[in-house]
This record gives sequence, C-alpha cells and structure tokens, in this order.
Amino acid sequence: MGKGIVFMKNRNKEKKKKEMVTESYLQTVFRRFKRHHLAAFSLVVLALVCGAALLAPVIAPYEPEAIVGPFGGAPCREFLLGTDQIGRDVLSRLLHATRISLLVGIMATVISTVIGVVLGLLAGYFGGVIDMVIMRFTDMVMSFPYILLVLVAASIFQPGLWNIILILGFVDWPGVARLVRGNVLSLRETNFVKGNIVAGMPLRHILFSEILPNTVAPILVYATSVLALSMLDEAALSFLGMGVQPPMPSLGNMLNGAQSLTVLTRQPWLWLPPGLLIVLLVVAINFVGDALRDALDPNSEKR
Amino acid sequence: MGKYILKRILIAIPVLIGITIIDYAIMCLAGSPLEMLQGPRVSEAALEAKKIAMGLDKPVYIQYFVWLGQLLRGNMGYSIKSYQSVSAMIGSHLGPTLLLMGVSLLVSLLLAVPAGIYSAVHQYSKGDYAVVTVSFLGSSIPGFFLSLLLIYLFTVKLKVLPSSGMVTLGTGGGAGDIARHMVMPVMVLAASMAGSNIRYIRSAMLEILQQDYLRTARAKGIGRFQVIYKHALRNALVPIVTVIGMQIPLLFGGAIIIEQVFSWPGLGLMTMSAIGSRDYPVIMGVCLLSAVVVLLGNLVTDIVYALVDPTIQLQ
Repeated sequence: MGKGIVFMKNRNKEKKKKEMVTESYLQTVFRRFKRHHLAAFSLVVLALVCGAALLAPVIAPYEPEAIVGPFGGAPCREFLLGTDQIGRDVLSRLLHATRISLLVGIMATVISTVIGVVLGLLAGYFGGVIDMVIMRFTDMVMSFPYILLVLVAASIFQPGLWNIILILGFVDWPGVARLVRGNVLSLRETNFVKGNIVAGMPLRHILFSEILPNTVAPILVYATSVLALSMLDEAALSFLGMGVQPPMPSLGNMLNGAQSLTVLTRQPWLWLPPGLLIVLLVVAINFVGDALRDALDPNSEKR
Repeated sequence: MGKYILKRILIAIPVLIGITIIDYAIMCLAGSPLEMLQGPRVSEAALEAKKIAMGLDKPVYIQYFVWLGQLLRGNMGYSIKSYQSVSAMIGSHLGPTLLLMGVSLLVSLLLAVPAGIYSAVHQYSKGDYAVVTVSFLGSSIPGFFLSLLLIYLFTVKLKVLPSSGMVTLGTGGGAGDIARHMVMPVMVLAASMAGSNIRYIRSAMLEILQQDYLRTARAKGIGRFQVIYKHALRNALVPIVTVIGMQIPLLFGGAIIIEQVFSWPGLGLMTMSAIGSRDYPVIMGVCLLSAVVVLLGNLVTDIVYALVDPTIQLQ
C-alpha cells in the first residue's frame, strides 16, 4: 500500500517537472552544441566522410585491389587522385581505407569502453579489496607505454584487421575505468543510490539502471578521445607495417610507401591525401568531443 | 608529509611486482627460447639438455623467481640475435633517446606554458580561439605524417636539414651537427605534446583565475602583470607538474615511432629492429625499463605535488 502511494507521488512530480521545463535534455544539449561553430562544422564533415566511407563499394570508381592503370600515374581525369606504384586507383583505395580505419577506431573504442565501464563500475561500487585489485591492475597496464604494448602484442599475434581491433581495444581501457570509478564513488554517496540500497533493489538494477545512466555523459566524451587516439594508433601501426596488412587498404598503410624517397619527393598524391584525411578526421572528432563535453556538462550554463 | 610519501611508495611496490609478472607472462606467451634453436641439425637430446640447462623444465613460477633474481642482480638476459647482454644494449642506446626526450619535453613546455596562460587570461578572445585551434591540430596530426611533411619541406625542398641519423656520416659530429639532426624529431615530438598540454594548462589556469585569492590580489591594485605572473603562475605549478608526469609514457611511445622515421639511434630504433626480428628478451627488457621509469615518474610527480601544494593529502 505505502509503496504504491509513494510511487503515485513520484509520477505526479515527474509530470510537473515536464510541464515546467519546456525543453528536453536532448534539445538543451543540441542547442548548446550548436554554439560551437567549429564543432558543428566538424560534425558535418564527419557525416560526409563517414557517408562516403559507408558507400565506398558503390561510389568508388574502381575496385580497391584491382590493377587498373599505369604504375604511379599522376592525377588525371580518369584517375582523380592518380594511381599507386602497382597501378591501383588511389581514390578508390582512399575510400575503402577510410572505411577500414573508421571500423578499427569504432570497434576498438567500443571494446575498450565496455571493459573500462565494467571494471570501473565494479571497483567504484564495491570498494575495498575488489577496488584495490582492479585499480592496481589498471596502474600496471598504464605503466607500460601504450604504443609499446600495442607493438609487442602485434608482434606476438599475427597482424591483421581483427587482431589490431582486439589489441587496441584490450590495451586502451584503463582511462575509462578510472573515469567511471571516480564517478561511481561520488554517485554512491548520493541520496537516490542510497535510497535504492535501503529499498533492497537488486545490485544489477542499481549498477546498470541507476548509476550507469548518470555517468553516460562523461563516458561519451571520453570515448570520442579514445576514438581519435585509436585511429591515430591504427595509422601509426599500419604505417610501421604492423597493423592492417596490404593489399587491404587502411589510411596508415597507404602512407607506408612514403618511407621511400622517390614516393616522398615525386609522387605526393600517394601520401598527402591519406595523411590529410587522418588529420581531418581526428581533428573533427576532437572538436566534436570538446563541444560535447561543454554541451553535456550540467553546469556549463552557469559560467 | 613523510607519511604521504611513505604511503605512496608502499602503493607503488605491488604495482612494480605486478609489472614484472606481466612482463614475464608476455615473454612466455611470445614463445619458448628453444624454438629459436630448433633446426634440422639440432637433435632432440640436445634440445632436452638445453631445456634443463636453461631451467625450462621447472614450473613457471619457479622460472619467474629465477628470472626475477637475475633481474635484481642487473642481468636482463641476452639478445637472441646478437648475443649481447640486454642491459648493455639498452645502456648504449639510452643516451640519444634521453637527449631527444628531454629536449622535446623542454620545448613543448616552453611552447605550452605561455600559450596556455595567454589563452586562459584572454579567454574567448580571437587569440584564445587561435591557440586552442592550433593545439587541437597539434594533438591530431599523426607524428609520422608530420615527420613526412617536415622532411619534404626541410630536406627535399629547402635542403637545410638532414633527414636521418644523429651525426653526419664521415664527420666527427659535434654539438652543432647533432643539434641540426635533432631539429625535426624534436619539432614533431614537441608539437604532439604541446597540443594537449596547452589545453590542460589553459583549463587549469581558468580555474585558478576564478579563485578568491586572485580577486583579493586584484583588489589590492597591484596590477594585472603582477597578479598573473606572481600569484597565478605560482599556483599553476601544480598543473604543470601534472603535465610533465603525464608526458613520460607518451614520450616513450612517441619516441619509438619518431626514432624509426628519422633513424635516430636510440632505444626506439633498437626496439623496432628487435620487434622486427622477434628478439623478445630485448623487447621485454625495454618494456620493463619503460614501465619502471613511468612508475617512478608517477611517484615523483605525486611527491612533487605534495611539495608544491601542501593541501594535497592522500585519501
């Protein structure tokens, strides 16, 4: 009986709240996001590049791995960005490479975020021995220079698309874990979480339905920077020949050829476009992340 | 104060032990050293004898303790390729890397501290936007791509800077020659670090500028310059120390790729060639060394924190 009444009261309160605030949370976020012109522009750029990457099989003029033209031909009407050393169309390869690089970045980010969130939730909520073990383990992983760990892992396992995704995903979680743990520690002291504990709510409900939604904003912002970093790392690994393996194109391994002096000096169309595209993508992702941080911060209006 | 430092060191010890365990585990995962010896001319019996001689017949945890004992005596094992001791190899390559990392760190701070402070003091001005945009660009350019651009510009087009090595072959070298070889690698490393440092120092400085003691300082009428450079900058030391601490692992990682591109004869180049030839004792030696350096770096950062800011206590 008593529980039912409380429930009704809560419902009423929620209704009132909705009437008072004319703008939904998402609308607020969107309005604040639009204030950042560079970020809004970046979002458009990202949408265009992602769209082109998704549609690569449709809009690419040639097959990315097919030999269709002269060796190392300069850009012309037939091959808009020229052809590479063995006569493949650079534009088609670029479109497919963007697709691969985005796939690696997004998948690695998803894996590391999930690992980090789960470990951070457990450490922050339970505290004590569990917290200590998880956080010391995080410290250990963080002590190894990130790119060194990735290189070692890439040399032990065969380099290849899915191995690179898994390696980047399994190495990049400590930052997320620390962030989530810190948030959970402060959320655990709030009244609504304490109320849930007193009401005897199951642990699963408290962790995933009460605590997690309240840390989504910072996780999302952090994930954008992880995405940017994973894409940079994929490019670096593939550039060194330890990432995505040719003939499959990725933005990094397209730059690999520029290590030779002839390509560097005589054929800039082979290495400038993929390099500039990486910079464009990563800058755009960072700008969006920065604006998102501002837009999702409940205190940003006060300042 | 003493208690804080002691606590911090006590926390670092299990992490250090854990690092050695992870390092050893990766080395085991990478494959047995016997695999390198296998061949048509090596008999089963010889392999068996070698296995016992190397202690590989014992349980893994005993092997780990034997390895740890050797490590404590300064023996990091031997390279599979060159049969040199790993510690000697690291010792001979450490100098160039430390030189490169030290100068890059210094240059990045010289860029980032004034830029970050300027940006915070003139928040939302045109200059602020320019600094922040450039800093985003700096942290978004892949180091190897910036290296290629610089080589294209300075070596190929302008022909003013050498693109690889540490000294010009056939000459005695000298400080000037080394400095010329260092310009481009340092520019690349410093640019990527300065990018994130500027934003960090800017936001830390913005927070400091809102503090009450700065309002008091301004109210005293001692002038804008004095307020910023005497009162605010002193308090900005904490974020600057943090930035230096955060850079250490990034420096190690960045140095590996940059040394490879510029053939800088340091630890990174050595590590990359060891990775290429699957020389695991060397690779793991470098991993262990860098992990320990990072751990010590964090420890020193935390202690310097406590020295710079007396209000920091370990919770």
